[in-house]
Amino acid sequence: MNLKRHREVVLNPLIKENPITLQILGICSALAVTNNLSVTLVMCVAVISVISFSNLFISLIRNYIPSSIRIIVQMTIIASLVIVVDELLKAYDYETSKKLSVFVGLIITNCIVMGRAEAFAMKEKPLLSFLDGLGNGIGYSIILIAVATIRELFGAGTLFGYEILPLISNGGWYMGNNLLLLPPSSFIIIGLFIWLIRSVKTEQVEEDDFELSEHSTSPDLTKREINV
Amino acid sequence: MNESITKTIGVAFAVCLICSLVVSTSAVSLRDLQKENKLNDKRIKILQVADIYNPDQSISEQFSQLESKFLDFNTGMIMSEFNNYNIDEYDQILVTKDPNLSSKIPQSEDIAIIKNRENVGKIYFLRDQMGKIDKLILPIRGYGLWGTLYGYISIEDDFNTVSGIEFYEHKETPGLGAEVDNPKWKSQWKGKKIYQGNQVTLEVIKGKVEKGDKEAVYKVDGLSGATITSRGVTNMVAYWFSESGYSNLFKELDYES
Repeated sequence: MNLKRHREVVLNPLIKENPITLQILGICSALAVTNNLSVTLVMCVAVISVISFSNLFISLIRNYIPSSIRIIVQMTIIASLVIVVDELLKAYDYETSKKLSVFVGLIITNCIVMGRAEAFAMKEKPLLSFLDGLGNGIGYSIILIAVATIRELFGAGTLFGYEILPLISNGGWYMGNNLLLLPPSSFIIIGLFIWLIRSVKTEQVEEDDFELSEHSTSPDLTKREINV
Repeated sequence: MNESITKTIGVAFAVCLICSLVVSTSAVSLRDLQKENKLNDKRIKILQVADIYNPDQSISEQFSQLESKFLDFNTGMIMSEFNNYNIDEYDQILVTKDPNLSSKIPQSEDIAIIKNRENVGKIYFLRDQMGKIDKLILPIRGYGLWGTLYGYISIEDDFNTVSGIEFYEHKETPGLGAEVDNPKWKSQWKGKKIYQGNQVTLEVIKGKVEKGDKEAVYKVDGLSGATITSRGVTNMVAYWFSESGYSNLFKELDYES
């Protein structure tokens, strides 16, 4: 057992290799389910359990999966887990499952789950894969919870549905920011997070794909030939 | 070795078999609980709109205080029986898909954009100890911004004064249109009047109802940032209290008493 490697696998995806801010995966659900903190939390638990267990099961049978059908085998396992999670939610947390509606089902298409299965669980041992899923799930959750906190607090003036900033419409003083209640605001917030993280961890900044050449138009316009 | 056709088919089959077993086991074993949740969710809304909900008591026990009846929309007649349907299981939303049990609403009349209306609806009576009608709980629905809002409205025994409104299903934007669930907004419906003369006048206005407005009893504050949802709610009330909605029922009940 290599403890150091196990710890790295769980801790690295939290900030250093965060699936949302570094790999820009799983954005769809990050936009859709972050306007209410309690809904976001349930979504996070659902995603963490799906990634961890799909990684575990895929890793368990990784040596038996023929490479020609590996993607579809991974999808089958992921989809089954998602359906089970969805059924459990409908049975034990009906209120939240109503609010999450289709987005639980859409965990199937969350690129983080598929990405970890293909990139990690297909080569690594079960325990390590499970921990990798856990780490990535938590990394995803950290960003989602941060976005949801900002959106719910400044958009609706509440946290977990409890009033923090009393809204004018409820007789308070705070004018809610309606943009934050709409999905596009998550784009802006996630963008700001990426900026923040990359200005602290400069090694995350990607190299430019190409370099801009020097200013191609001469500043002295009179010297240019003009072809009409 | 892994790539042979037999092995590929074998692995595919085994994975499918195990996964389908897991999925069907979970679906079947949790079905009863899910059904109950769904039923209770609707019943809680009905109890809330009737203003008799107590979270500490059993829901089915509280629900038994209400009397469920079938309503023939075309005549306004109340029926205890309809086509051997069990009233608890009759789903008036589901029957709108059956052309024999529902009728298409002409486009000019379809202000709530619901397309089909069931021929027979299900309504609830809350009676006082003397057996007199205290409140009527009527299902309503109509299109908002993203989808249809489903809810209940409760009416006092004058068949004009609103006692409460609740939505049990909608797809409106959280924080904007979904504020139809805001208790503060819902509470202003209590005491509002629907009809002025014979005309449905009650509406969700744009902005706030001004103090001292003589018509305030026919107006509800708009949902800020959700004009289309607000308009949808206005249209919903206008439709369901029109001739093709519940107004025949009110005539029938007036006649009886």
